[in-house]
Amino acid sequence: MVGRVQVVERITVQTIGPDPRNAELLVGAHLLGFPEITAISVADVYFIAGAIDAHVRREIEAVLVDPLLQQGVWGERSGVAVEAALLPGVTDSVAATVLVAAAALGLPITAAATGRRFELAGRVHPDRLGQLATKLLSNAVIERVALGTIEPHFVHAGVAPAATIVDLRHFTDAELAELNRERGMALDPAELRAIAAYFSDAGRPPTDVELETLAQTWSEHCSHKTFRAAITLADGTKVRPLLPQLRDATDAIDAQFVRSAFVGNAGIVSFTPGVTIAVKAETHNHPSAIEPFGGANTGVGGVIRDVMGAAHHPIATTDVLCFGPADLPADAVPPGVIHPRLVREGVVAGVADYGNKIGLPTVAGAVLYDPGYTANPLVFCGCIGVAAERAPLTGPNPDDLVVVLGGRTGRDGLRGATFSSATMDATTGDVAGASVQIGDPITEKLLIDLLADLHGRYSAITDCGAGGLSSAIGEMAEHIGADVDLLAAPLKYPGLAPWEIWLSEAQERMVVAVPPHDLAAVVMAAGRHGVEATVLGSFTGDHLLRVRHGDHVVLELDTTFLHDGRPQRSLVAELPVPHRNGAVPHCADLGAALLALLRHPNIASKEAIIRRYDHEIRGTSVVRALVGVNRDAPADGVVLAEPDATHGIAIGIGVNPWYGTIDPERMAHAVVDEAIRNVVAVGGDPASVALMDNFSWGDPRRPSTLGDLVAAVAACSAASLAHAAPFVSGKDSLNNEYTGSDGARHSVPPTLVITAVAHVPDADATVTPDLKHAGNVLVLVGSTSAELGGSHLGALLGGFADPLDGSVPAPDPAAPVRYRHLHQAMGTGKVRACHDVSEGGLAVAIAEMAIGGHLGVQLTALPHPDPVVALFAESTGRFVCELHPDDAAWFAGQFDEPTLQLGVVTAAVTIDLLHTSVSLDDVLTAFGSSR
Amino acid sequence: MSRPSAVVITAPGTNRDHDVAHALHRAGADPVLVPIAQLAADSTLLANSSLLVLAGGFSHADALGAGRMFAISLRQAAGGSLGAFVAAGKPVIGICNGFQTLVRAGLLPGALGHNARGGFQCEWVKLEPQGGRCVWTAELEPFECPIAHGEGRYVHPDVAALDAAGQVALRYTTNPNGSMGAVAGVCDPTGVVLGLMPHPENHVIARQHPNRARGGAGLGLALFERGVAHARSL
Repeated sequence: MVGRVQVVERITVQTIGPDPRNAELLVGAHLLGFPEITAISVADVYFIAGAIDAHVRREIEAVLVDPLLQQGVWGERSGVAVEAALLPGVTDSVAATVLVAAAALGLPITAAATGRRFELAGRVHPDRLGQLATKLLSNAVIERVALGTIEPHFVHAGVAPAATIVDLRHFTDAELAELNRERGMALDPAELRAIAAYFSDAGRPPTDVELETLAQTWSEHCSHKTFRAAITLADGTKVRPLLPQLRDATDAIDAQFVRSAFVGNAGIVSFTPGVTIAVKAETHNHPSAIEPFGGANTGVGGVIRDVMGAAHHPIATTDVLCFGPADLPADAVPPGVIHPRLVREGVVAGVADYGNKIGLPTVAGAVLYDPGYTANPLVFCGCIGVAAERAPLTGPNPDDLVVVLGGRTGRDGLRGATFSSATMDATTGDVAGASVQIGDPITEKLLIDLLADLHGRYSAITDCGAGGLSSAIGEMAEHIGADVDLLAAPLKYPGLAPWEIWLSEAQERMVVAVPPHDLAAVVMAAGRHGVEATVLGSFTGDHLLRVRHGDHVVLELDTTFLHDGRPQRSLVAELPVPHRNGAVPHCADLGAALLALLRHPNIASKEAIIRRYDHEIRGTSVVRALVGVNRDAPADGVVLAEPDATHGIAIGIGVNPWYGTIDPERMAHAVVDEAIRNVVAVGGDPASVALMDNFSWGDPRRPSTLGDLVAAVAACSAASLAHAAPFVSGKDSLNNEYTGSDGARHSVPPTLVITAVAHVPDADATVTPDLKHAGNVLVLVGSTSAELGGSHLGALLGGFADPLDGSVPAPDPAAPVRYRHLHQAMGTGKVRACHDVSEGGLAVAIAEMAIGGHLGVQLTALPHPDPVVALFAESTGRFVCELHPDDAAWFAGQFDEPTLQLGVVTAAVTIDLLHTSVSLDDVLTAFGSSR
Repeated sequence: MSRPSAVVITAPGTNRDHDVAHALHRAGADPVLVPIAQLAADSTLLANSSLLVLAGGFSHADALGAGRMFAISLRQAAGGSLGAFVAAGKPVIGICNGFQTLVRAGLLPGALGHNARGGFQCEWVKLEPQGGRCVWTAELEPFECPIAHGEGRYVHPDVAALDAAGQVALRYTTNPNGSMGAVAGVCDPTGVVLGLMPHPENHVIARQHPNRARGGAGLGLALFERGVAHARSL
């Protein structure tokens, strides 16, 4: 409107009564060593630019302030405060929504920005305020802060730089290494030489776009060069490369239900005629270390897109989280590292935010604590999807169009793949800022809905993950070639260099290959769902990947060189030599040990985390992560079933880094067994189990670290064969190491997460671990040995004098047959409860069953003469089952090996373990049950 | 028996639309999902339907406050026809984010604040219908279903007056989010518009109840059957 003055106004919106964010912030401040702070109060700040008068102010206030819940104050506030706002280039979606609302209401607003204001009480020295602002109140990776009031930063424009030339053709090894370091490419010397040679042969120098593309495509993250490496043992023996080892096992099993293994974005199986299931589990460790919320958030979004990229409709997600101790003293946190409790808070919030908003249930997972994860927290995200069985996609074909669907491209997440492939140090958080992406689950939800309408309209599909368009289009063009123009890509803001557009890891984008005659239908469907669809170019057939920026060709690479030109990595491995000596720790008070185990963060209730995830949406949850009378006991696996279906899917997880530290070979076998036990315990069919592997390891260039990996992979293959459960998908994350300011390297413990997905033939006949009735009998199936290496009892008692002592539980050759018999017995409905025996042994398993049933237990027999072994050994292959006394003899007859009647379920609220007795109340308190 | 048509309005971020459509179908209605933009473009959509449903989710990612942006677009798209729909006595239900939206659109009284415990909570609750004027819950038996929300604490300047007016439709037996008067659902003065935070659409078959091995509990489906019966009676 002519004549009106353009102004920038700010309104601070505060909750009436305590804002729920305040309490957690105060806990964080005290944890970080700011005891002088007595209260923190957070408020939201909106900056609004436009022709704003009193009337417009009232209208804006009506939108931003709910008078029953909030109060809004115009203008700057005074007092001791810190304010934070997003850095330029980081998407401010709330500000965008302000503009949408203003447009809908016809308000004359031209720009908006948001921030947060923290008011502090207590005698805080101004110098310390700055520290608090950067350590707790903001994240320097995505935000800037000001003491007092912050100035808004509105949409920024810039001039797009052109591609630059980097002539490395005559570089020495030292110059190549320097270039490698400068650009953060994380390439090996041999790889750099291969790149220099390629461009020497081509007779021209590379552009920065080409260099960045090669670095991403050849990164550990994208090319899994360690899993494909030539490995030699110290004695000269050659080891079969790791990836083929896992594939060999899958090929040898030759399961009828496998549709696709180790190909494309996800593994695909079919347990029921006409329906296929896609499964994928990913790691998102490095981003979560420096920006826990955003890293975990986009980890969830990324793995969901992997399933969409396998042309399946996502139905559920899983997450396994590994943190340093939540109660770590502030001065024990290494420089540049975020306190484990704040990492946990951010990661859990990030997982919850994405899963809850996109509308997928977060159904299964695990939370582990170990000092080895303090500097390198691990975040494993999984997703399952379904689709009607149809012929595999055969494209892309020449002349198919390269169409990008979904969000716009910005400067977010640059060089994520190379960053993920490097180790970290104290400065990582400062320099890697652009490596973290910002998630937008709403856009991804719209993409899911759109793709459900696009079947038959595209010949190939993949998601934009690490490497962005470069890896999505690069992979699709591998056997054919493509020609695209970066100027066609829709951008969040102008000013991006060509390599930034091509490499950006802006989230929520999919690339589809669309035959020209289907384009109109695709564009129309996209419009209906409110999703942007843009043609970037076409697939060609000339086996060249050609990228233009308007009139300039900024990349032209032979697809064979891009995908197969990387020299194979050669590595040396030194195999571990575990002691396996059967040592048993001395334990004076068995009852106290049980309660201490239940209190241990790794065993204690995870309810406070689980309840922050929506695990009910879609109405498919049949067995949930929490079970029992009061829904406070842990389940083994979970079961999902569509309301109209008779069958379901069981999901189980196995992970044990404490075994991995001592004996990686037995660890791998044990966690495969645990994942399978978990699905069998809830009613999954052991004859229809598919597996996924996620290895998170240290730097494989250290022979002992690689040796641990070699031992674990071999055991995975052996366990897969023993159970006839094929691996269908996997993902490794290596280099999870931190170089301290003292120069010492700290690796994560060898961490292997196995996810098992099984067919549940009858979704109405599932079993849970909670005890059902007093008077029923408890039966142990499986055998118990002196296996306390890496056990939780061992850790509780301070470990063995030699940390490598004790035996990690060995594989049980009788387990596969036992699981089949147990599954048949469950089919009759006579098994009233079933719990697998894992961390903490038999005593913890029985206590968890009692918690779930709110009932007592009276044991009358133990499986081993040494009560420490009987109660706390972690031998694999075991279950405790509850049966009506009349069914006990029948149940024993179902197995071709002895079973042991342990005792009875009682109405008394005591758990009597023969050599010791504890009250149910003490058990509930120790476990941290909320009820 | 005829299947009354039910329009389920969605905004970007609505995510329990398929769940509620499934429940409506089981309850005997004929549900159709309608993006808000489509509602704006076609004024006959509402006139030709018998039930109106606002499903749960995170419309517009809860930016500007839960349900705010959805409420603005709902008023813009169908302000007038919505009034006519209610005046005709046709049943309207808003669940979770749909409840937040109806409150912010001014169709239901009160407000929904952050849960007292802070943060998102997903757990099963038992609900007791209050026998007021609400056509969805009158004569309904107690039932159980999950909650899944971060902003469900019901706030009203005078809950007693609301109760006396017969507008408190549902109460929690436990009060998981600190709502005033343990209120889980309220209706408008006519009794045809219901808003509730819990998700009855996620308990439509016995297998969905976490304690079905111990007998389970009343289905949330019954609430939709009441709404459909009312729509049929018009």
